Amino acid sequence: MRTTSRYRAAARMIAVIGVVSLAAACAGNGGDGGTTGGGDTAGYPDQNITFVVPFSAGGPTDTVTRMIAEPMAAKLGAKIVVQNVEGAGGTVGAGEVARAEPDGYTVLMHHIGMSTAPALYQNLGYQPLESFETVGLVTEVPMTVVARKDFAPATLQDLVTHVKANADKVTLANAGIGAASHLCGLLFQTAAGVKLQEVPYEGTGPALTDLVGGQVDFMCDQTTNTSGQISAGEVKAYAVTTPERVKSLPDLPTTAEAGLPGLEVSVWHGLYVPKGTPQDAVQKLSEALKTALADQKVVDQMAKLGTAPVPAESATPEAHRTKLQEQLGTWAKVIADAGIKAS
Amino acid sequence: MDLLENLALGLSTALLLQNVLWCFVGVLLGTMVGVLPGIGPTATVAMLLPITFSFEPVTALIMLAGIYYGAQYGGSTTAILINLPGESSAAVTALDGHEMARQGRAGAALATAAIGSFIAGTVATVVLAVAAPPLARVALQFGPAEYFALVLFGLIVSIALARGTALKALAMIFLGVLLGTVGQDIYTGTPRFTFDQRELYGGIDFVSVAVGMFGVAEILRNLENEQTRTAIVDKVRNLWPTREDRRRIVAPILRGTGLGAALGVLPGGGHVLASFTSYAVEKRISKRPQEFGHGAIEGVAGPESANNAAAQTSFIPLLTLGLPAHPVMALMIGAFIVHGITPGPNVITDEPALFWGLIASMWIGNVLLVLLNLPLIGMWVRMLRIPYQVLFPMIILFASIGTYSLGFNAYDVYAIVLFGLLGYILIKCGCEPAPLLLGFVLGPLLEENLRRALIISRGDATVFLTRPISAVLLALSVAALALSVLPAIRKRREQVFTEDE
Repeated sequence: MRTTSRYRAAARMIAVIGVVSLAAACAGNGGDGGTTGGGDTAGYPDQNITFVVPFSAGGPTDTVTRMIAEPMAAKLGAKIVVQNVEGAGGTVGAGEVARAEPDGYTVLMHHIGMSTAPALYQNLGYQPLESFETVGLVTEVPMTVVARKDFAPATLQDLVTHVKANADKVTLANAGIGAASHLCGLLFQTAAGVKLQEVPYEGTGPALTDLVGGQVDFMCDQTTNTSGQISAGEVKAYAVTTPERVKSLPDLPTTAEAGLPGLEVSVWHGLYVPKGTPQDAVQKLSEALKTALADQKVVDQMAKLGTAPVPAESATPEAHRTKLQEQLGTWAKVIADAGIKAS
Repeated sequence: MDLLENLALGLSTALLLQNVLWCFVGVLLGTMVGVLPGIGPTATVAMLLPITFSFEPVTALIMLAGIYYGAQYGGSTTAILINLPGESSAAVTALDGHEMARQGRAGAALATAAIGSFIAGTVATVVLAVAAPPLARVALQFGPAEYFALVLFGLIVSIALARGTALKALAMIFLGVLLGTVGQDIYTGTPRFTFDQRELYGGIDFVSVAVGMFGVAEILRNLENEQTRTAIVDKVRNLWPTREDRRRIVAPILRGTGLGAALGVLPGGGHVLASFTSYAVEKRISKRPQEFGHGAIEGVAGPESANNAAAQTSFIPLLTLGLPAHPVMALMIGAFIVHGITPGPNVITDEPALFWGLIASMWIGNVLLVLLNLPLIGMWVRMLRIPYQVLFPMIILFASIGTYSLGFNAYDVYAIVLFGLLGYILIKCGCEPAPLLLGFVLGPLLEENLRRALIISRGDATVFLTRPISAVLLALSVAALALSVLPAIRKRREQVFTEDE
């Protein structure tokens, strides 16, 4: 067993190096299989499938992708190579997939940022609904409203009252423009009817560090990052931003329970392929996604991340498309109201 | 005594056969990716993270940590042999390390780096075991204002010690700072100097700049002159440090270790400053400052020790508070989570075997690294005998592949070419790449923390003076600046950051 994993480690290293060299050699001219978009896909998949993650390796989105890649590959009977194409809030990687050959061999994993990018960026180079086919939703990660431990307000209601009275003093941290924490913070301000001084950081880690250190007052962040700090009493938690409480923090009320129902947000993830990908390939990918999400190992690993796979009926192109449409509307309004532009 | 019990628990965990084995795999992989230009520990840890899903949590963390500090060892190898630093810390090692290699003393430089790293790693492990929680609390006192003052101090120390053509060094630092501003502004999202190229939104990659300015420029310089090219190949003198060398490196190793251990604890970029500061300190107190930049062994011993000590103590915020100080640490948080351990202050009490096992494994890893690296020195040095018509294309090929693999961004590869040419032109003008690289790394930190401090204080600049730590650091900066304008000191400025022939 141990030798197996060692062998796998070695094999993967070699595969990665090989893929890297190949990719460099072809200078992005990959996917040169015999089939072209819209053609016969009876044999799909007969070559490696690339999963593009538009964020850095090891981040939450990357972790989720690698979790589902293995069972999906097994179901599809093809190797899945995860590739991180970072930059500009995920828009670089998404743009690359939008321009890729629509043959089912280039797949994009993206999160809530897919629905916020059109409002945040000009000259995006793609449109979420027009440039992609939706494959299916993957998971929805809840967020929490947390503050430095010596921050005065005791409940979410108190917090709203306090920040309204002290809007010129309170600081609201986030992990950068367009980050989930930023969006959640915007929604908080809309729901509470207040405009606060935001303090952007480069990523969640530094922001949470300064929150624990008492340098900033409060922020929103994914349960994954905050639950350890909450249970250790290093930060004060007010609410979780989903309709239901989370298992890892059973005592924490939802925003609706705590009296701020307008603050509902989760970091939802979904798979996409370029527009024009044959329906047959989309269906096969969606089926493989459902299989992966039902895999007990995936369920367990996601539970450790404080989340869960979406129900099977959400892992479909239709459900995903509906969610995307709804979210595009929500965020277009919130972001326009806040007057935010990333470029 | 608690500490001894804890260490016994840690050692008994770390010495389990599978843990030693995977620790070895980790440091071996770390050494490899450190040696290969471009591919860094962050990418490697990210790629291997899913493989560790099936491991015991402590085994997984031991291996991943091994990759991180193993890469610090390996990174100095290419910096010394072919002037190709893979990380900002190794750029300092390249200054005197590569100069030593050109003089045929690559073996001594590599051995010094390995020994210094080992001593630093050992001391830093003890620091971790004895004082991790209180140190982490101190580190939390550092907010944006303090980091701004610290980074400013770091920059001023380097300016103050820059060589006679202080103007050129200053110009290089500013050019570096300007290059660091390329990309999307994190506060407003405004793209700066991106020329509408979305690929530039993330900024210029450090590896591209380092590989271009150091590696490619060095190759171009070598190509113009048959003399310098044969220099390295022909005379490889004593493989090991001489008695005189050994005497000279003791104090720099100890000072570097102390400095690195202290700075490494600070999550907001302290570890970046460790090797630069150590180099500046060694040069300032050296009786032979004129040797720096021309193969002074202290210039390898100090920064390498500082760098490795900082790599080790940068685990303190992660292990005691669950807060990452470095992208690799952020990945380790991911590793904690997938193994069902909630990162945070409770790890020490909830998972003592994991906490102490990981700390003990770091010392074991350091022993393994020395055992691995010392015998390899002979092989590395022989690599210098590879004919240049083979070696040069290989360096460029590996550097390009490595850089491309970081983010699959072709612009990073174009940047290597651009910075290679720029680096060559600058060398011809008598300007050095090291201050530029320092500005490039520290500039964004300086701006980010300055603006963040002012955002939090609502534009009140007195915050830098009313916060005690920041005030002290600023006072030190002013003192360093004042010292540098005194004529007696000015002569000394001739040396840091120069490597002219």
